[in-house]
Amino acid sequence: MSDVVTMDDLSNEEILSILDDSKRLIPVARGDVHLPLLEGKVLANMFYENSTRTRMSFETAMKRLGGSVLNFTSVGTSVAKGETLYDTMQMIDGYADIAVIRHPRQGAAQYSADAVDIPILNAGDGAGNHPTQTMLDLFTIMEAHGKIQGLNVVLVGDLRYGRTVHSLSHALIRFGARLTLVSPETLTMPDEIVRDLRSTGAEISESSDLSGSIPDADVIYMTRIQKERFPDEDEYTKVAGIYTLGSKDMHGAKDEMIVMHPLPRVGELHPSLDSTPHARYFQQAFNGVPTRMALLCRGLGVTIPKEVK
Amino acid sequence: MSEMRRVTAICNGTVIDHIPAGHALQVIRMLRIDTNKSNPISLVMNVPSDKMGRKDLLKIEDLELNQEELDRLALISPNASVAIIRNYGVAEKRVVELAEELVNVARCTFTNCITQNDREPLPQRLRVVSREPMEIRCYYCGKVQTMTDIVDNIL
Repeated sequence: MSDVVTMDDLSNEEILSILDDSKRLIPVARGDVHLPLLEGKVLANMFYENSTRTRMSFETAMKRLGGSVLNFTSVGTSVAKGETLYDTMQMIDGYADIAVIRHPRQGAAQYSADAVDIPILNAGDGAGNHPTQTMLDLFTIMEAHGKIQGLNVVLVGDLRYGRTVHSLSHALIRFGARLTLVSPETLTMPDEIVRDLRSTGAEISESSDLSGSIPDADVIYMTRIQKERFPDEDEYTKVAGIYTLGSKDMHGAKDEMIVMHPLPRVGELHPSLDSTPHARYFQQAFNGVPTRMALLCRGLGVTIPKEVK
Repeated sequence: MSEMRRVTAICNGTVIDHIPAGHALQVIRMLRIDTNKSNPISLVMNVPSDKMGRKDLLKIEDLELNQEELDRLALISPNASVAIIRNYGVAEKRVVELAEELVNVARCTFTNCITQNDREPLPQRLRVVSREPMEIRCYYCGKVQTMTDIVDNIL
């Protein structure tokens, strides 16, 4: 199966192989090497929800590999007229060779994968999964530390609604990381996810104290408290801005500790952090391109040459 | 047989024994039996049982449940024993089996699941993730469904 709906669709060996492919594709992602592996192929970017980085990095990835892109938004299309996801996907099945989908409803990517023959890559379904973000996050961690096993990864912020951290925490556990979950009480990781993680024997600690977690961290993964996921404005105001990091907070940190963020940031990362060696979020955003290139190639059954030049 | 003192034998139909105590009404709902116009049903609840301590029992007259219907029952009563009765005798014994997936048995309860749109045509699918303890999740959105959720959302 070439769909990637959750990280469970990829074995550990496949993940490592995709990360390895991604590394070789960096010069192509930068535009330094011309490698039209996907020439003549069409990607449908199906975005039922807003996106900047995910949509654009998929588009760049496809175009740098010589393919073309159909960009779909739900505004002003047949979806606004009440078309079902099933019907829209039937149409896309005829127009494209592979599709990336982001949808506000959970389960939409699996549903699409079942509805059509072309490979589906999940780019976020409600508060569910976001596996291609996880791949670029793993790539960024490997790039900095050369391993995942034994690292203490501190996940901070909205762990309840943040789909990024749901997919990522599963993957980190599979590769033997330790997790420290830092969130306000109203935004803790959903019970069923924590239960799943613990059932694997993983080492997980929960806290609401960010500053106390800094000295022992190898990775601090900050997230934005997402206003759009709150049913109630008051609940949002209570926790907005609760966790912030700036350069002054880095004094007690390990030298090699990296700060990541799926972006956009609103106030949780002070710009003073950008110039420190810990900041890795813009590199992380770039890493979306080579990892999504590797995932597109996998989906389309195209092998990446052992040497890219 | 203590329950024999409570309800009489039936001539034809289905007897479901060893239902967990207090769950007989849920079983009726799971089987989609319309109690307003159904065949005669004898319902025995919370009677002593050697095997289970207490149990429920149902006798449904003039209705032979098929395997698909029985498998729905497996959700709340995986260890039920079922006998098909013909002319006052046990004609067949059937085993209740919990399938790995329940297709179009109940609707996912999560309000933000893709399947909440009634017009989406793909089937409702619930996966049995674990049997002991029983854990059931929506195949699409992954949300855990409680037994009460399932009984309240039978299709």
